[in-house]
Amino acid sequence: MTALLQAIGYEAWALHALIWLPLVGLAAVLLSSEERARQIAFGWTSALFVLSLGLWWSFDPGGELFQLTSRTDWISAWGVSYALGVDGISLFMILLTTLTMPLAILGAFRYIRERQRAFYALMLLLQTGIIGVFASMDLFLFYVFFELTLVPMYFIIGVWGGERRVYAAIKFFLYTAVGSLLMLVAILYVYMQARMAAGGAGSFFYLDLLGTSLTLGEQLWLLAAFALAFAIKVPIFPLHTWLPDAHVEAPTPGSVVLAAVLLKMGTYGFLRFVLPFFPDAAIHPTVVMVMLTLGVIGIVYAAWVAAVQPDAKKLVAYTSVAHMGFVVLGIFALTVNGIQGGLFVMISHGISTGALFLLLGMLYERRHTREIEAFGGLAKVAPLMATAFVITALASIGLPGTSGFIGEFLALLGTFERYPVIAFIGATGVIFAAYYMLPMVQRILFNQLEREENRTLPDLTPREIAVLGPLLALMIILGVFPTPVLERMEPGVRAIVEYVDEGARGGALATLKREHETGTAELVQEPRTPRVEQAELGRTSHHGERYSPAPSWTPSPEMAANRPPWPGPVNLPVTTVFTHGDQG
Amino acid sequence: MNLDFASNADYFFALAPEILLSIWAMVVLLAGVRKESDSRPPGEGTTLGWLSLVGLLLAAMANGWLYGVTQDAPGAMITIDGFRLFANWLFILGAGLTILVSMSYVGRQRLQSGEFYSLILLATVGMMVMGGTRNLILLFLALETMSIGAYVLTAFNRRDRRSAEGGLKYFLLGSFSSGFLLYGIALVWGATGSVHLPEIGATVAAGAGLSGLLLAGMALLLIGFAFKIAAVPFHMWTPDVYEGAPMPATAFMAAAVKAASFVAFVRVFLEAFPALYESWYPVVWWLAALTMIVANLIALSQANIKRMLAYSSVAHGGYLLVALAAASQLATAGLLFYLLVYTIMNIGAFAIVMVVSGHSEERLQLDDYSGFGWQQPTLAVLFTIFLLSLAGFPGTGGFMAKIYLLQGAVDSQLWTLAILLVLATVVSYYYYLRVAWYMWMRDAPAETTEGAGYWAPIPVQMVLLLSAGVLLYLGIFPGGLLDGALAGAEGLGLAREPFFGFLP
Repeated sequence: MTALLQAIGYEAWALHALIWLPLVGLAAVLLSSEERARQIAFGWTSALFVLSLGLWWSFDPGGELFQLTSRTDWISAWGVSYALGVDGISLFMILLTTLTMPLAILGAFRYIRERQRAFYALMLLLQTGIIGVFASMDLFLFYVFFELTLVPMYFIIGVWGGERRVYAAIKFFLYTAVGSLLMLVAILYVYMQARMAAGGAGSFFYLDLLGTSLTLGEQLWLLAAFALAFAIKVPIFPLHTWLPDAHVEAPTPGSVVLAAVLLKMGTYGFLRFVLPFFPDAAIHPTVVMVMLTLGVIGIVYAAWVAAVQPDAKKLVAYTSVAHMGFVVLGIFALTVNGIQGGLFVMISHGISTGALFLLLGMLYERRHTREIEAFGGLAKVAPLMATAFVITALASIGLPGTSGFIGEFLALLGTFERYPVIAFIGATGVIFAAYYMLPMVQRILFNQLEREENRTLPDLTPREIAVLGPLLALMIILGVFPTPVLERMEPGVRAIVEYVDEGARGGALATLKREHETGTAELVQEPRTPRVEQAELGRTSHHGERYSPAPSWTPSPEMAANRPPWPGPVNLPVTTVFTHGDQG
Repeated sequence: MNLDFASNADYFFALAPEILLSIWAMVVLLAGVRKESDSRPPGEGTTLGWLSLVGLLLAAMANGWLYGVTQDAPGAMITIDGFRLFANWLFILGAGLTILVSMSYVGRQRLQSGEFYSLILLATVGMMVMGGTRNLILLFLALETMSIGAYVLTAFNRRDRRSAEGGLKYFLLGSFSSGFLLYGIALVWGATGSVHLPEIGATVAAGAGLSGLLLAGMALLLIGFAFKIAAVPFHMWTPDVYEGAPMPATAFMAAAVKAASFVAFVRVFLEAFPALYESWYPVVWWLAALTMIVANLIALSQANIKRMLAYSSVAHGGYLLVALAAASQLATAGLLFYLLVYTIMNIGAFAIVMVVSGHSEERLQLDDYSGFGWQQPTLAVLFTIFLLSLAGFPGTGGFMAKIYLLQGAVDSQLWTLAILLVLATVVSYYYYLRVAWYMWMRDAPAETTEGAGYWAPIPVQMVLLLSAGVLLYLGIFPGGLLDGALAGAEGLGLAREPFFGFLP
């Protein structure tokens, strides 16, 4: 498979295609008829999912930290580049997105009955934005995509949502905008500092901004601005109030995408930018304690609030806050286990909560209510649906053998290594999860079949089975065989931990940064430099190999065989990057 | 070609765009008079409109030609620098778009098209001179040329009370502010003995003439300009005037007239008073902060879309003042770029409002936009693009422009202003998006028939598609224009020690 992908040059175009092809689908949807729109959208996103599967094989867990990289100048006046790349962290976020999209669209077939073309067009636009967020290696580009996801979601909630949709849409939009705009100021600050340090030539490129020297005070302020933006998105405890509204009012596919993917942009931002950019502030004891405390409060508080919700969708919405609390714990514990656990919770939550929203959507389509009280005894009339519901609920709680368990266990384990008390309190959240989830399952599926209208409730249709099937399978598969996922994540996670922890600035990320500064900088970053000069210079990489970049560079056969390190032509033997297996 | 202004003929070359445009304004006026005698069929304004556009095209070509011209006479009244030439593009573009928008409007409202167009052209001449002059007297003359054109344009619809009311208000307050300006010029002349900007700058920098007289003159100039750009608390005239004026005139005032005032403001303060930066910086700082906060908050409660856009344009003035407070070349470049984008998006937005408002401009309330999106998807999508751009959303030119301004502010370490700017932007999201929510998230009232009375003739469609296209293009590939703006800001910025602290 890997060889096949290399043969078709997959690495070179995969990310570009995943970002921009949804827009082609968007055009197709807009040009089609109202009835065909959903089929085109589903077909297109499914094809994109198949396309994205190649990432799994193309991504070499033992290879470079960032892979499938590319970089072109975009706005040269500001040093903005169109730079893409994935590491073990973003890889799974992209796969999660491409998986969620077709399923959400398939699940929307009956729910969305009006203005279908516009709806599916917005979904495709949303996909462009989300993939762009996870694939960007340039902070400016990241910001553009980050904001771009707001507009389609605003319209999806506001046009196709429930009773209080406009309120929910505007609340969602403004909350997110406040955070991200303050982050914009912080981004510009880092950019200006980096530009000053570089002596004039500014750049928003990830590796250029990484390691910008900032005092602790500056870092704390900047961290506050970044963290606010991402904490609202996650959402972390006191900033979560937009989420129940948005989730409840959004149409089913909107809730699914929101829960499964959009929230992850926040935690992803913490990992990708907040920790490595402001390492001293991120390990500052106060900051860590505040974040951990908020994470724990989120876990416990959201669980309690969820337990008393009469509206099933609102209950599930609050479980999102609780789950994301585990992610926050894992991230700020700053251990490899913790972060890996957090990432795994992100994936698992995307799958299980997505499935829960889909199931509730199916119930709503049948009964036009989401009140838990309105149901009861469904297991008798709809056994397939009941089975799916139970499995999903158990995965959401984190029963061993499901994906939820691996993530929460690792996150708590990672936290326990450093902060046992916090981990202890956080672990109670797992118990509370059972406390809110199981009664809901019981009241909806079991109990007495009292209401007349529930007796004729139809079971899952083949289409709905097709929607839920892959998700259920993944819950089990990931719960039993987490290793292939974990081993791909590990290098990326380890790089962050080694870079940030105890202010060490070591590990693969630091190596990459050094390589970027010494080796390839002139060739790729400043195309205006005369090429001749570089050819004369010749350079010695820090591995001691001497190489001379040719005036016009063409890959030699062995270079083409190895993947080029970030982002250009230096061909370094991959020896220092941690591979799976040297854990501990 | 090199000009040294030894002979007066050089002035003809240096002023080529302005002279061409003035002549053309006369031609249009005469052509209008000739037509006036005939009985006028409706829709007659089109021919004269295209004729005026030809004049603007000629001026644009002359402006392009000036790029090849150098001058070595710093004492001349007229300068040929990147700032002026960039500003000229701005004014020509603003006037061109306005004329395209008004072509069918003047016919429909039975306005005298010859006078209407020639007034626009003459006001444009005034703006161009404002951008190009280094002499305070000439500046005042140019400003009056522009302003008088704008007063008349406001009151142009004689059959409409609101238009007359707006015109009168504008005239009274405008003359008042011109008085301030003129008094300021006199005092500055009294203190420094010169009306020539570089000479004033040199005198002030040398410490000569530093006196209460000079400071008073500068303060009066500042007030005069603040009136013209409608900075809070000198903004009171704006909503009434914008509401009353004929729609194309409103677009013209909100875009080009404001841009011209800004251009002159920046040139006077950065060329004549850089040495007094520490005196005027706090004032500009507070003007910017107040304008951003107050205008955005008032805009929140507007139910009339024309008034909402009026307050939004005041708010944009506040963002632009941040660039003046930052006073670096980067910030000035940001200001130029922002003005260009702002001109395009504002005229686009007003054009849509004009289309929706109908024959007698009765549909101006937010409620009238209920369900508009699903009735007229193309127009509504375009309007959404303009609104998102006004809000400064990624993917549109407005975003790049706002980033440019923010960069200027951050570069000069104006932290509080930068943060106020983004917070004000969040507030503005609410009222811009509210229009979007009326358009897309509400159902149309039952009684309206589909598409009744929406009337977008071809020139207006051209404006809409062109401006939306340019906005999206600039939102994705701003590169070339950014460089252009930076080159245009050459020499207009001061190297200053960064201030620390949150307030000036």
